[in-house]
Amino acid sequence: MAFGLGLLNGLRYTLSRVLKTYAGDFRHLGRRYDAKEFARRQSVRGDGIITVQYPEEKLAVPENFRYIPFLVYEPALDENGKPKIDPATGKQVIGIERCTACGICAKVCPPQCIWIVRATTPEGKPKPKPAEFYIDIDVCMNCGYCAEFCPFDAIKMDHDYELANYERHVSHIYDMPTLLKSTTYYAKIHPLDWEQEEAARKAKEAAKAKK
Amino acid sequence: MAVTPPPAPPETRVNLNDPQVVAEKIKTTLPDAVESVSAQAIVVQNDKLLEVARYLHDSLGFDYLNNLTSVDWLDRFEVVYHLTAIRRGGTPLTLKVNAARDNPTVPSLVPVYRGADCQEREVYDLMGVRFTGHPNLRRILMWDGFEGYPLRKDYKEPYYEEDHKPFGTRWDQGHHVIAEDRNPWHDNVKYPGNFDALAFKPPRDEIRTIGVEQAVATKLRTDKIILNFGPQHPSTHGVLRLRATLDGETVVAVEPVLGYLHRNHEKIGERNTYLGNMPFTDRLDYFTSMANNLAYAVGVEKLMGIKPPERAEYIRVIMAELTRWLGHAVAVGFLYNELGAFYTPLIYGLEERELILDLFEAASGSRMMCNYVRFGGVARDVPAGFLDKCQYLVDERLPRKTDELESYLVKNELFLARARNVGVLPGDVAINYSAAGPVLRASGVKYDVRRAEPYSIYDRFEFEIPTGTVGDVYDRIVVRFAEMRQSLRILKQALKGIPAGEIMTGKKNYQVRVPKGEVYGRAENPKGELGFYLVSDGSPNPYRYHVRSPSFIHLGALNEMSAGYKIADLIVIQGSIDVVMGEVDR
Repeated sequence: MAFGLGLLNGLRYTLSRVLKTYAGDFRHLGRRYDAKEFARRQSVRGDGIITVQYPEEKLAVPENFRYIPFLVYEPALDENGKPKIDPATGKQVIGIERCTACGICAKVCPPQCIWIVRATTPEGKPKPKPAEFYIDIDVCMNCGYCAEFCPFDAIKMDHDYELANYERHVSHIYDMPTLLKSTTYYAKIHPLDWEQEEAARKAKEAAKAKK
Repeated sequence: MAVTPPPAPPETRVNLNDPQVVAEKIKTTLPDAVESVSAQAIVVQNDKLLEVARYLHDSLGFDYLNNLTSVDWLDRFEVVYHLTAIRRGGTPLTLKVNAARDNPTVPSLVPVYRGADCQEREVYDLMGVRFTGHPNLRRILMWDGFEGYPLRKDYKEPYYEEDHKPFGTRWDQGHHVIAEDRNPWHDNVKYPGNFDALAFKPPRDEIRTIGVEQAVATKLRTDKIILNFGPQHPSTHGVLRLRATLDGETVVAVEPVLGYLHRNHEKIGERNTYLGNMPFTDRLDYFTSMANNLAYAVGVEKLMGIKPPERAEYIRVIMAELTRWLGHAVAVGFLYNELGAFYTPLIYGLEERELILDLFEAASGSRMMCNYVRFGGVARDVPAGFLDKCQYLVDERLPRKTDELESYLVKNELFLARARNVGVLPGDVAINYSAAGPVLRASGVKYDVRRAEPYSIYDRFEFEIPTGTVGDVYDRIVVRFAEMRQSLRILKQALKGIPAGEIMTGKKNYQVRVPKGEVYGRAENPKGELGFYLVSDGSPNPYRYHVRSPSFIHLGALNEMSAGYKIADLIVIQGSIDVVMGEVDR
């Protein structure tokens, strides 16, 4: 092979890549941020530019995506069977907190970022309920063990990854009110898991009712 | 220079890696050298170690030092060596030697295995065992004025809470306290008695290396200068610092200065539970977290004596081989960065990596910190559509991209001019320096852990071990491209054979029971042999947790590779061994 052909081949390849990045734009003239074109570019069959113009464009996260745990509560229902909304905050009213303060999440957590205070009755007996629940999200390594090993489906991994903040000592220590999110939210971000868990729960209840 | 494996000697019918057999052989020549022998290890007299190592190296063919570490047993130190004969393969032979707790000394093995250099320095640095006869016994990961030996069992790190996790304060009455408030920084940092920060001068005036210094013949009268670059240099892959002695533009000697990313991974590992270490292994070589998970699981499963179900094994292999593809693509891309082809080739590699990471994210929940493998299976089954996407990548896209990348990168004349006969590491020298993975194979040594000691289900797949001939930068790249093709070949077979079924043996358990014992589990990672040496005392936390990281050991051979070449080549050479500082400094 003559000297320089390999180099020219490389330049040809780079040039073709440059042109390909524009091909998509021309094909979708005027609709650059079109969702369909965006999905095509990001897929395994995509060609040309793969860059995502964050924050204008965002990649959809898969259901298994894990980022910072949250506690699941079942909302209180009104007479129509719909979740009650607190007019002051616009959030759903907490019905049942699933967490029983068993402490498995705190024990399994590799960087030990979960702190739980167990609730007690006025007589001093322990109640299966957390009085306080903290997660230091600066320490959390997003491994997902707490959600994986929670026997009550009470702690789950969130999808919200935009956590930048100006200070870390107050706002990065999540307490109960920050951590609690409703099952409606959970069902929205984890539809398949939610379906499975609900089916398992119903089967369990049916088995219990049979006895 | 290619090393062709000579025909196996007739004695191979007896298992020559068996400690009992080897101990008998040692006794015939060195009668009083063996202290005791068990089914797992040979314990050798401290003062006879060097002779035993010489005998093993010269007469029994144990030419490769896999791993060197030590265990603090509180009453004594135990230094552990794992040796392999490259042409035989198989489970490494474990050699042990005891040293007294106060002022422990062990003969250095650097005269026999030069790969012991960095590893002995690491043991000296973190455990305080002195290796007599080591030419350069200085701290390697910690700074020179540091007091104490962080891996000793009685060492307490800053922000120390308890010996083992889970910490008692977390549940029941667990009010959150910020670590700095509980334990202000200055209270827990120890300085040597008469330490004066302003007057402190690190004792690193001269460069010391274990290899030969290259004599440079020149007509000009030149002075040698020391060039210090990194840890914040754009071409040193993260926080690697190199101190090079230069004669004009020629490198005479080079010493890597490590530890800028040191976080005492092994101490953290000993505080953690077994399962708790899994997400920490992601952070070793952060490009190849799936493969790190697998290597750690291989070690612990060996100790526990469990086997994952078929489907889980196939998923693991698929993940590990995808990781190998992307690891090599990134390695090649970064090498071109070093060569001056800034970012364009790298971005082309990263683009394909992005698609693979999408798959990882869909399966495990995270792109890079996968934490996907569990003892006895994987965390969860792959989601719907995963295998189809993977199939398309493996059948269509990745082979095409491998060809494209290779055609325009490897045949480029500028690359050839910079890479051919640069950074040559002959085969026998590579073995002696404990090089592994593509670096070793580029030197013509046909050695791959997947073949030498098959783990998971690698014994079922057909694939070749590509080797180079010269052992230069060019060969390291060509071998990587060949390995990418072999990975795709394995992936095709795995995707064809993957059965339906369970993904976990037994019930998922967060507190695994690991019986007493010790194990050296290893896997062929994209960078080389990643080994985990684990000692279990039956408790929920490992008593000793050591990581044999390929990048760290490769840096020990950097001087050998780059002495005599130009300073510009040094950058290319360290790019070609593909170091990741997360794994080097641990």
